[in-house]
Amino acid sequence: MSPLLAFLAGDAQADRVVPPTGFTARLTLFASAAMAFLTVFALALSLATGRLAENWGSALAQSSTIRISAPEGQMEAQVLAVMDVLETTPGIADARVLTDDEQRALLEPWFGPDLPLDTLPVPRLIEVKETPDGYDAEGLRARLAGEAPGAVLDDHTRWREPLVRAAERLRLLGLVSILLIAATTAVMITLAAAAALAANAQVIRVLRLVGARDAYIARAFVRRYTLRAHSGASVGTALGMMAVWLLPEADPGGSFLTGLGFQGTAWLWPLLIPQLAALVAFAATHHAALTTLKERS
Amino acid sequence: MIEFEQVSYGYSGGPLLADVSLRLARGSFHFLTGPSGAGKTTLLKLCYGELIAQQGRVAIFDRDARTLSRDDVAMMRRRIGVVHQDQQFLDHLSLAENVALPLTVSGRSTTEADLGDLIRWVGLESQRESRPPELSGGERQRAALARAIIMSPDVILADEPTGNVDWEMSLRLLKLMVELNKMGKAIMVATHDLNLIRAAKSQVQARVLRISNHRVQLAGADL
Repeated sequence: MSPLLAFLAGDAQADRVVPPTGFTARLTLFASAAMAFLTVFALALSLATGRLAENWGSALAQSSTIRISAPEGQMEAQVLAVMDVLETTPGIADARVLTDDEQRALLEPWFGPDLPLDTLPVPRLIEVKETPDGYDAEGLRARLAGEAPGAVLDDHTRWREPLVRAAERLRLLGLVSILLIAATTAVMITLAAAAALAANAQVIRVLRLVGARDAYIARAFVRRYTLRAHSGASVGTALGMMAVWLLPEADPGGSFLTGLGFQGTAWLWPLLIPQLAALVAFAATHHAALTTLKERS
Repeated sequence: MIEFEQVSYGYSGGPLLADVSLRLARGSFHFLTGPSGAGKTTLLKLCYGELIAQQGRVAIFDRDARTLSRDDVAMMRRRIGVVHQDQQFLDHLSLAENVALPLTVSGRSTTEADLGDLIRWVGLESQRESRPPELSGGERQRAALARAIIMSPDVILADEPTGNVDWEMSLRLLKLMVELNKMGKAIMVATHDLNLIRAAKSQVQARVLRISNHRVQLAGADL
């Protein structure tokens, strides 16, 4: 049997040498459950913001707008010139001039439904779709300046980048939160294990008197705390996943807070939390036990 | 099996044992006597590696105690049965589980029949499932003796094993240790009970060591 399987299978006799009760048992269970619950939310936040950054990045990165402001007599000529330039520009998948109705719809929120576009000097807008490889924005700007001086290319970089950066920063904060939660869990379980070792000084003395090796004594504590952390984290994870599941559905407008849940296979990620909690508990208790036993030798 | 060469040990108040030399050979029986605080328990602790000599050399099974790692000490204690002065047990385990504890921690098993025989041998079969706090002083002493010998150790060290029991029980414990000695175990019993030492006279050939003025001396002729 491998050491891991032997550890998980345990030894009924060896498990009994440490008294089973005590406040440290409840503390470990509660701390693990609470931390796992928080980890589920941090993970959900991290995944959601990652998704958001990706959506914003890809959706905005593949569309641009060209705005043409020109005197009345030159407008149509400049529009045609811009369309000619776009047709011969590598990386442009499609380009079309927005109709008056589309422009009116865009301006409606500000100017109302009866906007007389004919009488106002409203710039013409050209929607540009790019290929996945994209185009050379600086090269296009230079060509537009030469062919249609009234045309301005807006590739959305100016306002897209801060949004994507903010979403990526949020994702990073989510990951940092998970690390902090893991570290806090380790600290709390270490303290609980150290308290249990101190409370069981007599047990340790007796075990040593009858020839128990440090590894044996440590294993009795480590296994117990690892299993407790796993149990607590399983409960916390289940509750966290249920709470995330009960969050409102993401709306089509992509509102940030309503898209916090997991999607598709991302629901599998939280299932790792109890295993990671057990791993953290194992490392923390193992270190605490061996350090304490060494100090008491 | 255990040998002291000019061993000294003391606490912050000054030396307790000085220039002690002795040898526990296979099959030997020693009584260690002296007034309270003379250093009997300290000498026993030096024998099983609980304490390390500050001067001189203690060899346990031919190995210098100072060179033993914690794992070595643990392995060595499986060959030394200790009956402690305050009979340390795990209170959440039954008497039978406590007696079997040396086997449990060393990963060895025993049959229920063998364990039952041992518990019967020390006269505790009716208390087999009792928890240690439920036992009387004499019962705890006998349980400690059973635990000390379950691994069939080469050496048995007993610290005031009759300290909390009546005379009848003291004789019974003595008889148990004499029987173990006849099986070839080296035995050292620390006691200040001179009547017990006298009672042993008819049963075993024992040496009596007395701690006096920090030194260990042979007290009179062998019993």
